[in-house]
Amino acid sequence: MTATDALKARRTLRLPRTAPALRRLGPLGVVAAALLAAVTLTTLLAPVLAPYDPDRPDLFNALAGASPEHLLGGDALGRDVLSRLMWGARTTLSGPLLIIFLSTTIGTTLAITAAWAGGKVDAVVSRLLDVLFAVPGIVFALVAVAVLGPGVPGVVLGLTIAYTPYVARVVRSAALRERQLPYIAAAWVQGRSAVGICVRHLLPNLRPLIIAQSVSALGFAVIDLAAISFLGLGVQPPTADWGLMVKSGLDSATRGQPLEALGAGLLIALVVAAVNVLGDRIGRQEGELR
Amino acid sequence: MTFLLRRLAGLAVVLVVASFLVYGLLYLVPGGPMAFLLGNRSGTPEQIAAIREQYRLDDPFLVRYLAWLGDALQGDFGTSLVYRQDVSALLGARSTTTALLVAYATVVIVAVGVAAGTLAGLRPGRADAVISALASAALAVPTFVIGVLLVIVLALGLGWFPVFGPGEGFLGRLHHLTLPAITLSLGSAAFLARITRASVREELGREHVETARSRGLAERHVVRRHVLRNASIPVVTVTGLTVASLLAGSVVVENVFALDGLGSLFVRAILQRDFAVVQAVVLVLVTAFVLVNLVVDLCCKALDPRLSR
Amino acid sequence: MTLLDVRNLGVAVPAARDWRTLVDGVDLAIGSGEAVGLVGESGSGKSMTARTLLGLTPPGARVTGDIVFDGDSVTGMSRRELRALRARRVAMVFQDPRAHINPVRSVGDFLTEALIAHLGHTPTEAQARATRLLADVGIPDGARRLRQYPHELSGGLLQRVMIAAVLAAEPELVLADEPTTALDVTTQSEVMAILDELRRERGMAMLLITHDLALAAATCDRLSVMYAGRIVETQESTALTATPRHPYTSGLMLSRPSIDTVVDRLPVIPGRPVAAYESGDGCAFEPRCAHAEAHCRDRRPAVQDLAGARVACVRAGELTLQGDTA
Repeated sequence: MTATDALKARRTLRLPRTAPALRRLGPLGVVAAALLAAVTLTTLLAPVLAPYDPDRPDLFNALAGASPEHLLGGDALGRDVLSRLMWGARTTLSGPLLIIFLSTTIGTTLAITAAWAGGKVDAVVSRLLDVLFAVPGIVFALVAVAVLGPGVPGVVLGLTIAYTPYVARVVRSAALRERQLPYIAAAWVQGRSAVGICVRHLLPNLRPLIIAQSVSALGFAVIDLAAISFLGLGVQPPTADWGLMVKSGLDSATRGQPLEALGAGLLIALVVAAVNVLGDRIGRQEGELR
Repeated sequence: MTFLLRRLAGLAVVLVVASFLVYGLLYLVPGGPMAFLLGNRSGTPEQIAAIREQYRLDDPFLVRYLAWLGDALQGDFGTSLVYRQDVSALLGARSTTTALLVAYATVVIVAVGVAAGTLAGLRPGRADAVISALASAALAVPTFVIGVLLVIVLALGLGWFPVFGPGEGFLGRLHHLTLPAITLSLGSAAFLARITRASVREELGREHVETARSRGLAERHVVRRHVLRNASIPVVTVTGLTVASLLAGSVVVENVFALDGLGSLFVRAILQRDFAVVQAVVLVLVTAFVLVNLVVDLCCKALDPRLSR
Repeated sequence: MTLLDVRNLGVAVPAARDWRTLVDGVDLAIGSGEAVGLVGESGSGKSMTARTLLGLTPPGARVTGDIVFDGDSVTGMSRRELRALRARRVAMVFQDPRAHINPVRSVGDFLTEALIAHLGHTPTEAQARATRLLADVGIPDGARRLRQYPHELSGGLLQRVMIAAVLAAEPELVLADEPTTALDVTTQSEVMAILDELRRERGMAMLLITHDLALAAATCDRLSVMYAGRIVETQESTALTATPRHPYTSGLMLSRPSIDTVVDRLPVIPGRPVAAYESGDGCAFEPRCAHAEAHCRDRRPAVQDLAGARVACVRAGELTLQGDTA
């Protein structure tokens, strides 16, 4: 067999690129990914899929139980619970995604700067992280809300500050380890700039770790944002949001309609469980790479 | 001893930084402190003068901060704009409720988490699989969802527990605190169970455990004196961190069960822009958090001779 | 008199779908007070053999063959009997004292633990006894050492503590698993000398497990050389070093640097050592053997007697191998 034959054989044997990724996730990981995809698609297509306008009150449906017209009944104002659940993932998921994006970007930048510069810069950043660690995350969010007023911006700001040190600590220690490796020295000797090395070499090598860290933090962010919305300090009514729906659903439950609270609570739990499973799988792969 | 001093100094630094930030935040508010303090209320000139007086708005920032800090150190956090009461008086009774809730939850967490984790660690197979699955499930459900589920099932459905309110007498209070404490503890108990399981597993595989077995010591002796003793070190650390995080978690749980503790006061104060109360609660929470961490560090040092240098 | 008699010992651990053989067909005999060396590279199964003698096999492992200690079958022992055996009759010195002594318990705890549990000593008696034991292994300030923690002691001192703990049980047989490998070169010979001297004084037999053939030959009466989970050669120490019968033994000796001779390049055994489950149907050493012939691949060479030696090599009779030149 010649070399080109071998290449051809390999090409015909090669599976679609996504197949190995799915296989590495394992059956549970695939279920988790499918669940998240389904939730995302549903909420994006909610204007088409939802049977009712989520904001339209209907006094005849107020606190009504399940019926063929309203599969999950109505809330205290008679709005269709199923439609609200379909819409509700938008705020419940987009807020945490934003928080993770911001905290990962800031945390990674801080960490790589500190690890690369070392010395005083590193010491200052490390002390700063220590102080941030000394305060529970949700307190940051609540203080930010106290200043900016209830609403998503305050919560996103507060939770971003709360999550940044976790990202920074993990990335910093990995970056310190990575920096010792010979390929960095090699790039340095070749006259590459510090920023160039960080962006072109260090960052790609840290990427799997950063992704694993972000996914597992996403689960916590979903919980935290939903909890703050539940307290009435995050997403504001009348938006359909799962955290808010648990709050109003608790009220409805005491008046005999538990479906709103149960539905929203279950969905939050499922999404968090799916994110955790994915984070766990990705983290495990990252562990195997090292 | 030097360790303790160093830790106390570090603690003081954290508290000063935290207090400075908490105090300074007031001035970051769009519209300045006056707009913030008045919030939606429209103040009479006398009220405005009173606020300027209380918050020393005419003094330079640092002077104001130091005066506030000095008062706070003496337990004087100023007057609530909403309740027209001393903040420390507002905090007093509510701290007891929160402390009781956190203590109750801690007992549940340690009892359930350590027992389940140890069992799962020592008995691979079915016990381990069941406990690990339950722990994963419990970890995925947010505290407030657990609370709402418990209310719907145990209080509204089965009527075993009161739904809301504080309860009469110590036992009554405990009865009323049971659902909140379970709510607060479930996720942490699951987390602690995981840590305990991993720690016990790791210690079981340690070489020194093989030595103990090779010396003919009874398995129970080996497990008690070597496996569990050594596994307790990370477990204590995580327990401490968990208890500290319960302080934050209680904010949510108190709101689910309408308990009048620090957490519900905190949320109300934020909604009503009652800033003296917000500052005080944050300071109390941070102090408690840091103190718990200090206690954990001291425990770890007592448990692990390698740390005392 | 034979104290320990091992016949056709096999150990296999469960792998993904089948069993992985780690030890295969090992015969070993140790008389009272005798010192036997078990020599081999890492992965040859020598440590697993020693652990199996005490029933310390990994979970799920399958042990075949017979282990008879002083007339009793170890493989058939109940857990209680096995514990009694470990407590009073057979003791083990492990390779890395830092890992093998509980780091969060004091040296005193480690030494007195077994004395209190097995010999019924009161804590005070046990302390006094432990101090004397430390003195025996050359640690004079025992009372102070008892209060210290393992991380405060050097590796050499810790290994002496381990030896003291073994002496405390007054066993009839000591299993020493690479007792000096984890130590600094400077303390290795000291620790080995203490171990050997004290066991001779007390009439204890010893199974010394090591990769160091010269060390084993200097300490032991008889040597067994292990390769890929099997014993390939057994001889008296002096005879083995002078006239090795198995090509592997000879290779081990030649690949050691000697202070007396200058060589351009140290001869090495080509290839890498294999574990028992990795070897094929024939002689496991065949792929690396300089004297291999086609028929070596046919089946496992049987152990044969050859002028006082027991060798598992089909060509043993025809070969004249180089021994230790020194």
